[in-house]
Amino acid sequence: MRDVSIVGVGIGHWGELWNDSLRDLAVAASLKAIADAGVDRVDSAVIGCMSSGIFTGQEHLASVLGDYLGRGPLPVTRVESACASGALAFKAGYAEVAAGISDVVLVCGAEKMNDLDGSESTYALGTAADQEYEGYNGATFPGLYAMMALRHMHEFGTTRRQLSLVAVKNHANGLQNPNAQFQMAITPEDVEKSAKVADPLRLLDCSPVTDGAAALILVPTELAKKLAPGGAPVAVRGIGHATDTIALHSRASLTRLRAVEVSAERAYQSAGVKPADIHLAEVHDCFTIAELMAMEALGFAAPGQSGPMVERGETAIGGRIPINPSGGLKSKGHPVGATGVAQILEIVEQLRGQAGGRQVKGAKLGLAQNMGGTGGSSIVTILGA
Amino acid sequence: MQPQKYWREIPARYRLEGGRCKKCRKAFLPSRLVCDACGSREFEKARFTGTGTVHSFTMIHTPPSGYSGPYVLAIVELDGGPKLTMQIADCGADEAKIGDKVRVEFRKLTQVGDAGVLCYGYKAVLV
Ligand SMILES: [Zn+2]
Repeated sequence: MRDVSIVGVGIGHWGELWNDSLRDLAVAASLKAIADAGVDRVDSAVIGCMSSGIFTGQEHLASVLGDYLGRGPLPVTRVESACASGALAFKAGYAEVAAGISDVVLVCGAEKMNDLDGSESTYALGTAADQEYEGYNGATFPGLYAMMALRHMHEFGTTRRQLSLVAVKNHANGLQNPNAQFQMAITPEDVEKSAKVADPLRLLDCSPVTDGAAALILVPTELAKKLAPGGAPVAVRGIGHATDTIALHSRASLTRLRAVEVSAERAYQSAGVKPADIHLAEVHDCFTIAELMAMEALGFAAPGQSGPMVERGETAIGGRIPINPSGGLKSKGHPVGATGVAQILEIVEQLRGQAGGRQVKGAKLGLAQNMGGTGGSSIVTILGA
Repeated sequence: MQPQKYWREIPARYRLEGGRCKKCRKAFLPSRLVCDACGSREFEKARFTGTGTVHSFTMIHTPPSGYSGPYVLAIVELDGGPKLTMQIADCGADEAKIGDKVRVEFRKLTQVGDAGVLCYGYKAVLV
């Protein structure tokens, strides 16, 4: 196995992008990453996308990306693991470089969600749950996470205010991210007065529907040292990957994300580090409760202690362990297939010291956690400067 | 939707027919080929009794297309059976709580397609 480094990043503004198609978004981010890396060739590409077939009617993204990148015979692989498709694409690209199959690999994540109306996109996202035994009975994603939230409140005394403070923090961070979908500060009262979605979750507890893409260039670390990229190469220190039951109700506990726990253990082990060594993390806050549960599964907080930790400001930029300095899915946006790639991209920019107003000072070791569905799949990546 | 997609789920949805692992007794709905607790591949048919307990719940204010809300959605632990996701019928936002006893009933869930084919399944009612 060869050591792997990230030498290029590409992302654009995320949001409701009526002028841009899925192929526009994926190609624009990819070209930026190639330029940032300063490479003159790409040997292979992997694209992560959850559901272009339902969202846009277009499958066969391998051909679409190879074609529109202007590199026709390029081998391209498309992967899917619901909202973890982006990090899965990264893992596939990492494995290809580590195994010596390819030297310069482009990893792209993309999703075009606003070509559908609200109830159609709710349906598309719902396919990441158990369609026959959750969706059929009227479950929605906010509804499933709401049942996790109620259980977390019941078992640990987590409060409505603590959930609100997750959204408030992530919006404050997003204000410092020029690519974020929402550039707006919010208060706890704003969250608690926003429209009801699935009790106790309200609109401002939920990540938005977003169009966007992000891309990275991966090379063997030996080659990275010879390139002159936009910033110093960032090394992939460890990756962990795990799955859990497709239906939330099949799990022994609704308040534990087992796939996140196991993927984190594997990532920490392969990197030879522990949770206390991590300087910052991007976690999968598709809903406010998801950020709290991810903090516990990643070992940043003991079970039930994530809410008080947010209340004490320990996860803000400048706190003990800044979480989601990019603004998270909540503020930056959540184009499902792109999210995992963009989380890793944020860690790269932080470790390069290029994160501007949201820079975490002295960041040398960062973690990204991306999950699908209600935690039915999870990938944890640890990067080092 | 082709009728077979609906038809093959009827035993589970209409009659709560699932499976129980012969080795470790774990209950599944629907039944499966491998027990995720002990690895056994030997199952017996099991019909779960229609009573259970509310494990968690929510009021759905933004239902998926084909479903009209708001309605209470819950994860119910069936007595001697698995946990399942189902609606609690005829229930207001402040009526349910964790630990409540429910009975599972056969109800209409939605209708699909231009012909408006009716789809049935299980819902809970508070007892
Ligand atoms: Zn068994």
